Amino acid sequence: MSGVPPVRKELVVAATAERAFQVFTDGIDRWWPRQHHIGSSPLRREVLEPGVGGRWYGLSEDGTECDVGKVLVWEPPHRLVLAWQITSDWKFDPAFLTEVEVTFTAEGPKKTRLVLEHRDLHRYGLAEPAYRKSIDSPEGGWGWILQRFTEEAAR
Amino acid sequence: MTNTQGAVAAAFVALADPTRRQIFERLGQRTRSVGEVAAGLPVTRPAVSQHLRVLADAGLVTHEREGTRRVYRIDPRGLEMMRAYLDRFWDRALAAFKAAAEAEGEAEAGERR
Repeated sequence: MSGVPPVRKELVVAATAERAFQVFTDGIDRWWPRQHHIGSSPLRREVLEPGVGGRWYGLSEDGTECDVGKVLVWEPPHRLVLAWQITSDWKFDPAFLTEVEVTFTAEGPKKTRLVLEHRDLHRYGLAEPAYRKSIDSPEGGWGWILQRFTEEAAR
Repeated sequence: MTNTQGAVAAAFVALADPTRRQIFERLGQRTRSVGEVAAGLPVTRPAVSQHLRVLADAGLVTHEREGTRRVYRIDPRGLEMMRAYLDRFWDRALAAFKAAAEAEGEAEAGERR
């Protein structure tokens, strides 16, 4: 199970590394997919607090906050590591941790290469007792994930 | 990706039935025999067996022999679906990010003019 490859994405953005980093972090609300929200009411604002230990959460219309994770490494404008602590039943679990590392490399005056790696995905494996317990939920579980995925795939 | 999408579609159809979904979630707790799955559900054992067959065909559950009985468990290949979901999610999110970052750049250039 530990051989699960990370999800890796690479793209070039026509912006400086400083701006790319700023939009990715402070400006996260401007690009975060709205449907990717785990709260009971629609997402009002996605927030990523600056600095190591900063919270990453979604603020719902009803005022509740839904944690996604936190900042593990904060090295503007070159590198950012975030903890993604959403289990496969789509709930925040502080004991669960996968990492999202993002690097921003300047390749020209207004050209930045972004590499994103979402790793430790083997932790979604079914072997761990804590995980097995986490999918024991009437509303959540794989069914929910599959439904989201199918919706995404149909877009 | 196409194979994954096909598998996901099959899984989705299998889980569209509320009873099957309930069965699937029961197996998330631990392995169970058909009798254990059926206990407490308002459906007959043969009906449960039929549901388990549909779930197995969709790649969601698997079974094995445990002594004289057959027990069912969730198929860990579901993990691959989770990965596929995240893969797709980041494609989408980063496309939106790129648009936002580049729009910002234009706005900034506009202000300087």
